[in-house]
Amino acid sequence: MYHSDEIILAGFGGQGVLSMGQVLSYAAIIDNKETTWMPSYGPEMRGGTANCIVIVSDRRVSSPIITKFDSGIILNQPSMEKFEPAIKKNGFLFYEESTVVYPPTRDDITIIKIAAIHEAELMKKKQVANMIMLGAFLEVKPIVTMDSVLKALKKVLPERHHHLIPLNEQAILRGKELALQQLHLTI
Amino acid sequence: MEREIRLMKGNEAMAEAAIRAGMKAYFGYPITPQSEVMEYLFEQMPKRNFKVLQAESEVAAINMIYGAAGSGARVMTSSSSPGMSLMQEGISYIAAAELPCLLANIVRGGPGLGTIQPSQGDYFQAVKGGGHGDYKLIVLAPNSVQEMADFVFDGFKLAEKFRGPAMILSDGALGQMMEKVALLPEGSLPHTVPAWAATGKPANRPPNVITSLYIEPEKMEMINHTLQAKYKQLQKEEVRYEDYQTEDADIVLTAFGLSSRICQKAVDLAREQGIKAGLLRPITLFPFPEKKIAEIAETAKVFLDVEMNAGQMVEDVRLAVNGKKPVYFKGRMGGIIPSPEEILHEIEQISEQVLSYQN
Amino acid sequence: METEVLTPEVQEGFDCVYNKPDTLTDTRFHYCPGCGHGVAHRLLMEVIAELGIQEETIGVAPVGCSVFAYHYMNIDMQEAAHGRASAVATGVKRVLPDKYVFSYQGDGDLAAIGTAETIHTVNRGENILMIFINNGIYGMTGGQMAPTTLANMVTSTSPYGRSTEWAGFPLKITEMLAMLPGAYYVTRQAVHTPNSVRKAKKAIKLGFEYQKLKRGTCFIEIVSNCPSGWKMNPVDSNKWLEANMLTMYPLGDIKVPVKEGQGE
Ligand SMILES: Cc1ncc(C[n+]2csc(CCOP(=O)(O)OP(=O)(O)O)c2C)c(N)n1
Repeated sequence: MYHSDEIILAGFGGQGVLSMGQVLSYAAIIDNKETTWMPSYGPEMRGGTANCIVIVSDRRVSSPIITKFDSGIILNQPSMEKFEPAIKKNGFLFYEESTVVYPPTRDDITIIKIAAIHEAELMKKKQVANMIMLGAFLEVKPIVTMDSVLKALKKVLPERHHHLIPLNEQAILRGKELALQQLHLTI
Repeated sequence: MEREIRLMKGNEAMAEAAIRAGMKAYFGYPITPQSEVMEYLFEQMPKRNFKVLQAESEVAAINMIYGAAGSGARVMTSSSSPGMSLMQEGISYIAAAELPCLLANIVRGGPGLGTIQPSQGDYFQAVKGGGHGDYKLIVLAPNSVQEMADFVFDGFKLAEKFRGPAMILSDGALGQMMEKVALLPEGSLPHTVPAWAATGKPANRPPNVITSLYIEPEKMEMINHTLQAKYKQLQKEEVRYEDYQTEDADIVLTAFGLSSRICQKAVDLAREQGIKAGLLRPITLFPFPEKKIAEIAETAKVFLDVEMNAGQMVEDVRLAVNGKKPVYFKGRMGGIIPSPEEILHEIEQISEQVLSYQN
Repeated sequence: METEVLTPEVQEGFDCVYNKPDTLTDTRFHYCPGCGHGVAHRLLMEVIAELGIQEETIGVAPVGCSVFAYHYMNIDMQEAAHGRASAVATGVKRVLPDKYVFSYQGDGDLAAIGTAETIHTVNRGENILMIFINNGIYGMTGGQMAPTTLANMVTSTSPYGRSTEWAGFPLKITEMLAMLPGAYYVTRQAVHTPNSVRKAKKAIKLGFEYQKLKRGTCFIEIVSNCPSGWKMNPVDSNKWLEANMLTMYPLGDIKVPVKEGQGE
């Protein structure tokens, strides 16, 4: 049997949802795994909702388009409405607290609420909220190594933003802490 | 050969591969969902050894390709459906003048201006010859970012070997999605200017003329015979396909490009339920793997062709199956991608109705 | 496309200073904030309302950011293939010679892929109004170089700035068209300041009025901004337009009708 993780990442355009997915995919290939990153594209991206499907697998990924996911990382309300029902039973649903007005209600999945935007504001850089979400996800589902994630950041961020890598790393670590706290709360 | 591993979008992988494959010039016109090809090339141009020009239209772009190919350069263009339609006149001329070049169609949903979402609605245009006259394109259908890159090399090779246009028939999803890609190194596909190219006539040879005009029908028929002979040879020597568990399969899916990925997952899901499913994926759409399909028709009980169109390749599948077994079709149109579950449902229904009935 | 009915209600004690004409639908513009397309749409539709020709006007939309013009313009319209709007408009006008016909096109549409159609439409002196939105870029497809892109201007297909040596020069197609005998009225306007908006509206009105005379093509270029494509906020983009676009594309009439009894 092979192992495969199927993740939906969704939010508004500009929240860094697509690059969060890219970091995950890049880390996967550094870890010598197979991966696909499938974005929604088109005019809907300009200010509208953006999402990407990331699959990380031990073997060549078959369909890059899927309708059921092992995990969801959700950063806005419309995406929550669309993707909460699409998480597989016993799956994981991570969501950003302030942007999701009506929290998910399913009881057959693990739900992890992260105050990513608030935490990012504390770090004085709103743009790292996506990395806090990614950190939270990685704490619960360590499907790629931290080492590879840091290397992936270098690949995904344009060179002019490389000075922000330490901050992104900090955000990921903070996300991990928050997820741990949340898990203790749920269990 | 040492390959470099990267995570890339299909469109960018294709552009990078073209540079590494020694493409000398690219002419194109922006259109979603393939604009990244030219954007990537423009970004790279100052650092690498090739030229890229934004034409004023696809009509102009394909004629620039004609000129550059006739000058013996390794050249490429890409577009998406509406733009590819505009290129058809030029492609017919290029085929007739026997000029090697690489075309890529990152197909979007049509007809008309349509949508920018992925589709396979241009199969007929690519495979049956979208322009006028009896000509064919060599058509390669990638189903991964890796193949988007690799088929650039294969496309140039085949185009040059057979002196004609080759096409990568892909779609918006493969163009936009990112996957791991292992890139061949630069310089791995050498190129020499062919003797027939119009590069300036030395004193000791007759002029090289690039043309598709032969007024006498006898001469024009000769040219047609030459073309047809090439297509026969292609059919004999260059057929490519991927066979996924068809050997013991009762129900064999046929699908190309993106839909083959979805079908592969559907086959896995069906197998988990004990349904013996398999998948035959044509990689070359022309030449079409008709022999292989005929062979499978001896052992399989039923076929299910899956496409993102109203049913185009299914006609070629039916010709190859030649009435030996029923061929079903499942398609989504207008830029919709079928889900693996949708295909699984189809497989289940067929296996209930047809297979249990046959047993 | 979301449609939301916005009923204009003037609160008591306030004066109504602006009303949307009936010639615009209630559909919200999808244009980026600050984009000139929205203003140009409004002017065009105000003129049609003021002239009372809504029922006699047929518009032709291009492929470009204004591809959905027919969602906003409450008149009969046809959607053309990329670059072919003036040919479609010719077809319309030739079978409906007494109707008002206009095309509305961007610079990629009108001055790149549609250059041939543009030149020959004007050369035939088709009795139509052509509105040409020049924002120096391909907005719709994500900011590629247009024929009107300024020298050294950065776009996604001129990432190091437009090199005139490699990619040619900004195309002043409006001046070229003015040379054609079929052109009756040719002018260049803008919509980046209140004053320029007023002038542009006057020009559009003239364009329709002249159409009745059947003397030839009326051609109105509107120099516009593209905040998203230029990667600027709306205010900066209008400043940049003033400082850069208008130097290359100066505003004003380029060809005006010869008055009756004068010359010719
Ligand atoms: C034959 C064809 N080629 C390319 C395209 C893609 N395309 C759509 S709009 C556009 C350019 C639009 O630019 P412009 O005319 O300047 O208008 P703007 O979007 O800036 O308003 C292009 C290249 C197409 N639809 N059809």
